[in-house]
Amino acid sequence: MSKVKTSPEELINSINYKPTRKDWMDPAVEFKPGTYNHSGNPKNVEYLGLPNPRKWQPSDSDWQLPENWKEIILEGLRDRLHRFRSLKIFMDICVRCGACADKCHFFIGSGDPKNMPVVRAELLRSIYRGNFTLAGKLLGKIAGSRKLDVDVIKEWFYYFYQCTQCRRCSVFCPYGIDTAEITLLVRELLNLIGVNIDWIITPVANSFRTGNHLGIQPHGFKESIEFAVDDLESVTGVRVEAPVNRKGAEILFIAPSADYFATPHYYTLLGYLALFHEIGLDYTWSTYASEGGNFGSFISHDLMKSLNAKMYAEAKRLGVKWILGGECGHMWRVINQYMDTLNGPADFLEEPVSPITGTKFENARSTKMVHICEFTADLIKNGKIKLDKSRNDHWKITFHDSCNPARALGLIEEPRYIIKNSCNYFYEMPENTIKEKTFCCGSGAGLGTDENLEMRLRGGLPRANAVKFVKEKHGVNFLGCICAIDKATLPTLVDYWVGGVEVGGVHELLGNALIMKGEKERKTDLRGNAIQSTRNEENDKI
Amino acid sequence: MYILYSLVFVILLIGAAIVGVGIAGLTSVFGIVIPYVSIVVFLSGIVYQVIKWSMSPVPFHIPTVAGQQKSLPWIKSSQLESPHTSLGVVGRMALEILFFRSLFRNTKMEMKSGPVLTYGSTKYLWLGAIIFHWSLLVILLRHLRLFMQPIPQFVIYIQSLDGFFQIGVPDIYITDALISLALLFLFLRRIVDFKVRYISLVSDYFPLLLILAIVTTGVMMRYFTRVDIVKIKEFAVGLFSFHPFVEQGIGLIFYVHLFLVCALLVYFPFSKLLHMPGIFLSPTRNLANNSRMKRHVNPWNHPVRVHTYEEYEDEFREKMKGAGLPVEKE
Repeated sequence: MSKVKTSPEELINSINYKPTRKDWMDPAVEFKPGTYNHSGNPKNVEYLGLPNPRKWQPSDSDWQLPENWKEIILEGLRDRLHRFRSLKIFMDICVRCGACADKCHFFIGSGDPKNMPVVRAELLRSIYRGNFTLAGKLLGKIAGSRKLDVDVIKEWFYYFYQCTQCRRCSVFCPYGIDTAEITLLVRELLNLIGVNIDWIITPVANSFRTGNHLGIQPHGFKESIEFAVDDLESVTGVRVEAPVNRKGAEILFIAPSADYFATPHYYTLLGYLALFHEIGLDYTWSTYASEGGNFGSFISHDLMKSLNAKMYAEAKRLGVKWILGGECGHMWRVINQYMDTLNGPADFLEEPVSPITGTKFENARSTKMVHICEFTADLIKNGKIKLDKSRNDHWKITFHDSCNPARALGLIEEPRYIIKNSCNYFYEMPENTIKEKTFCCGSGAGLGTDENLEMRLRGGLPRANAVKFVKEKHGVNFLGCICAIDKATLPTLVDYWVGGVEVGGVHELLGNALIMKGEKERKTDLRGNAIQSTRNEENDKI
Repeated sequence: MYILYSLVFVILLIGAAIVGVGIAGLTSVFGIVIPYVSIVVFLSGIVYQVIKWSMSPVPFHIPTVAGQQKSLPWIKSSQLESPHTSLGVVGRMALEILFFRSLFRNTKMEMKSGPVLTYGSTKYLWLGAIIFHWSLLVILLRHLRLFMQPIPQFVIYIQSLDGFFQIGVPDIYITDALISLALLFLFLRRIVDFKVRYISLVSDYFPLLLILAIVTTGVMMRYFTRVDIVKIKEFAVGLFSFHPFVEQGIGLIFYVHLFLVCALLVYFPFSKLLHMPGIFLSPTRNLANNSRMKRHVNPWNHPVRVHTYEEYEDEFREKMKGAGLPVEKE
């Protein structure tokens, strides 16, 4: 991970919330290194069959847009207005009350007034008004409309790639105007003329081909899982099974690919493996559907559908009854709010029932996919697993609600229940920074690159600041979360703004606490930190 | 600059009414033609917009939830913030529409030294908005006494409640005072709060000033330059029973008031005031959080290119076999 040269103090001092009187209608932007992402690799743009593959960078003055780009954008907008009621409504009803203004982490961390969600949306709305409304056509600027020119496209690129689709603003908006929806649709429009970023295009191309964002091929996948099985054995003394592509299993398990290829995600993977072994789950991994995440969902509904299709297709091929999904944020937005619509109905699957407790997951009766936190919370509640909380006593934990599980699912109590049953020391961050009001890591929706580091650190400031608060107040040293992008990017963020706080998954904590049959005395946690259990077996409740 | 434009527009409207009625004597134009045209534009404009919105489908089920989902039976779900039933959605929408629930949640971010970021609760915008909207509703209902004969009982009830304090002659309506204060607050807020000033357009200042002008002329008629209320009632009843006629000697200020109301009606369907019908259709609020329980159908769910398992295995078969992974075709 590259280091940003600016110190935290300098970054803070550069934030000025008072907008200069410069009109937001002027589209000029400056592409400063550290604040934007590199363009999509033309090879992968072409592989995905997307328009206008070419070598270009946002800092170029000529973006080599197709000749009729303006027509394409306006036609694309017209088409989307016909297909999405949300877009039409959101274009027409904003009253610019400003309730959203200081809710965006990018505004808080940058002070750039165009990062106020209302202005972000106005960047599109002004073009909409100028081309699709009578008042806008007649009155021009007085009616708040602008002309579409190349600078507007550059501005869209800059600011719609400074939105992580976290939907915090939508919670506070009196009409629920959803900037994530607007951002996604503008990114679709930009995609029509070949304007996109590599950290989305390349993972999408990889996922399309190999089944996961990292481009790991089937044998590599199997090796990673086997490696994890070895590692788990060295910590616990228990050798677990981790079946891959096994037909006839009861459950297909899909996790984000970072879980088996990156740290600290990896310790969460060890947690899953330990848990599934301990309860004797009849399940399988898949190499074809080896990605829970869906970077397609960051730029286009079609790419989202294309990548997501593998989950049901693989469940059908393997003949499983239902699907269990791992810890990931946007993955769960797609599964919860899009999958059934895009690729369902999953009538070849059964309504999910926990084979261990018999609990019917009625909330997933149509989509047939259960969140691992729902699954595990049910196990704990029914006393099916034994947990030694004291094995997590070296951690003082706080929990970061990942945007999508919080605001698309309302998955709020399940992970907390698991943490509280796995750990003795749990502290909440301030109320207005958690649950439905949680702050984004600042790196979601494809923005988590090294080249964009300064903007990520700015966007992550509100989250980091709340972590700092509980660190200073309670000595918190572990930031728990249930999102792969969080796990990939929060470590950098908290190192920069806070220091001395580790990041990890809820199932890592569970894996630490899980008492396994036949295990050896645990000398370390799943990360290899020395631990000292203070458990008194007589006090164990089953 | 935008404020100036808005002010000029309102002044021009007032001027038009004064010139039209006071100088040119076009009472039947301003008293009959324009009101009818405005009502037609208002109603058809709103119907047109709502139909236009409804013509576009809701392709995806995208509620923004603000509370615990319905999942395991022992976890209490939040029926109003994250409703999974239609009844819950009605409740959520009612809270939103009647009490501005989301605005009530508002916080104010401040950066203190350290830096320490705080997000204290702030209710000013909510208070201003709720006072304005409720006062407007009460005032509209009170006006029914001018259009209806006999006056419905509930209108009399509202009127007496509104004039409860019985201060002044005639009784001062509480809502007249409240709406004026709320409008002033909402207007000043747009100027004083630099963030809101930055985002404000002509279409934000103009309706505030227009409504303020309507309220001012109304208040002037009631409390200062007394107008002949009996004649106004005769005129209004005539208008609403489709037997319009123009009364002489009602007073110029009444025509100014009426013309501004007409301007607001005509402006309404082409402006952000559409938030009134629009909120009912907002998909992040009016959908239940039940997308995994019940399939949402997208009418244009077109096919996309997918990479099938067969294509995948064809590319990686040898490697899969080498790694001992089962394959479909040997």
